Amino acid sequence: MTTLPTSSEKKLGLVIDLDICVGCHACAVNCKEWNSGGHAAPLTDRDAYGDKPIGIWFNRIHTFEAKAGDGEPARTVHFPKSCLHCEDAACVTVCPTGASFKRTEDGIVLVNEAKCIGCKLCSWACPYGAREYDADEGVMKKCTLCIDRIYNENMEEVDRVPACVSTCPVGARHFGDLGDANSAVSQLVAERQGYDLMPEMGYKPTNKYLPPRARRANAETSTMPTELAPTPGTDNPILRWIDRALSR
Amino acid sequence: MHPAFSVIFFTTASGAGYGLLGVLAVLAAWQVIPADRLSGIVGLGLAFVLVSGGLMSSTFHLGHPERAWRALTQWRSSWLSREGVLAVLTYIPWLALAYAWIIREDISGLWGVAAGLSVALAATTVYATAMIYASLKTVHQWCNPWTVRVYLMMALASGAVFACAVLTSTGIAPQGLFAFAAIVLLVAWRVKRSYWQYIDTTQHAATPASATGLTGASVKLLEGPHTEENYLQQEMGFKVARKHAAKLRKIVHIATFAVPLVLMIVAYLSGGFAAASASILAAMSISLGLITERWLFFAEARHVVTLYYGAQAA
Repeated sequence: MTTLPTSSEKKLGLVIDLDICVGCHACAVNCKEWNSGGHAAPLTDRDAYGDKPIGIWFNRIHTFEAKAGDGEPARTVHFPKSCLHCEDAACVTVCPTGASFKRTEDGIVLVNEAKCIGCKLCSWACPYGAREYDADEGVMKKCTLCIDRIYNENMEEVDRVPACVSTCPVGARHFGDLGDANSAVSQLVAERQGYDLMPEMGYKPTNKYLPPRARRANAETSTMPTELAPTPGTDNPILRWIDRALSR
Repeated sequence: MHPAFSVIFFTTASGAGYGLLGVLAVLAAWQVIPADRLSGIVGLGLAFVLVSGGLMSSTFHLGHPERAWRALTQWRSSWLSREGVLAVLTYIPWLALAYAWIIREDISGLWGVAAGLSVALAATTVYATAMIYASLKTVHQWCNPWTVRVYLMMALASGAVFACAVLTSTGIAPQGLFAFAAIVLLVAWRVKRSYWQYIDTTQHAATPASATGLTGASVKLLEGPHTEENYLQQEMGFKVARKHAAKLRKIVHIATFAVPLVLMIVAYLSGGFAAASASILAAMSISLGLITERWLFFAEARHVVTLYYGAQAA
């Protein structure tokens, strides 16, 4: 049934730290790599080496520029986006066939490809662009939160996280149960004022975003710490030169 | 939004078919027109071709048309599913009506109930079709009260014009029907103008700032995720017809409303062969106009996901 569960026991999802993300696209690449052989495989590409390549990605990194305003300096923010596994997921309720569903046990939104008729309505209902149409297979595909990793007992426990999380070189992505107020991810969200994307849509996304930290007021004008100032009164010119160079 | 031709044909043809069915059923049930065999075959037959052709066409854009039957299962939550179920249900009283009209040539008594049910279900099906779009909170140009009004009025207007064409051809068109069609066209025109006024003066509440949660004087896309367009941009960021929106709106004003309206007045005043010619011309004009109108309905729709791809408003 494409009606939504009233509540799920767990709310598995991601917390993405926009303060840390460096926009390297490694999470998107590893997502593509893992999922090309995973639950929703293949992630079809068309004209891959031609003039107009097009293909399925469950995770994409956009780069935004927030112009200066209200005492804030301008900043460039790398912004990864994948399925947010919404609590009130319209992509599920619009589905006419029952192919789209939200799991009661962990809140993950999935597509049963055997039932999907490829009408694309779920992709129209999603404000976040999480749904992809596979023109070769004629069905919709989406992020599975790496359902084939997170419960995979053949993997080391430390690896049982989504591919995007496991590969992030800077630790900007966190995975956990956002339904449990005591979980590490929930505490991170509370501590850093994590927020929902497009809250006015009312879809109650599970994934949360952590805002870039406020810059220190004197970030541009600060001088070097005193302990790094050149030591006065060194006689030896070589030592003096080394001291000056290292103090820069 | 990308306008898939199969969906444009489906919504316009089935709308006109249900409109025609509704107008004919009302006229026959109230005995404004006799239930004669020829009108039944031509009228109900044309409505059947329009509706069934539209429904079949709607499966052409599916990835798996052979699984289309599954779309009848999720009526609890999905307007698309409800539309399918209602479309199937409508055939039941419709077939009973066709039997009474074409075989018995008498739809008095209990058979009138079949006519009434046909009208009610036809209207509800068009309503459900409109709700598929009106229920999508992601598209401001669809998610508003005007969408349902436009769909219902367009179905009624095209149905009334088609009824004029059918009944003048079989020689039993009541003169009042031309006047009714003219009035319906006027109301539909007003509703469509209000729709355009609404989408021209309002926009979606979401902004690049709410989409990203970033703050500052302005938030704009610096670099997209790919060098080439992806599925989302092709499906939701369709721009071709939007460029020509002003011209296409003129075509809609003329072909969907002005020309059929003038022809209905001509038919009302003339009668006979002139009325039949005018009605058929009006049906051809409104068909062209409706397809343009529905094309624009898709092409002018801006999805909020475009905010992640450089749009400043949706």
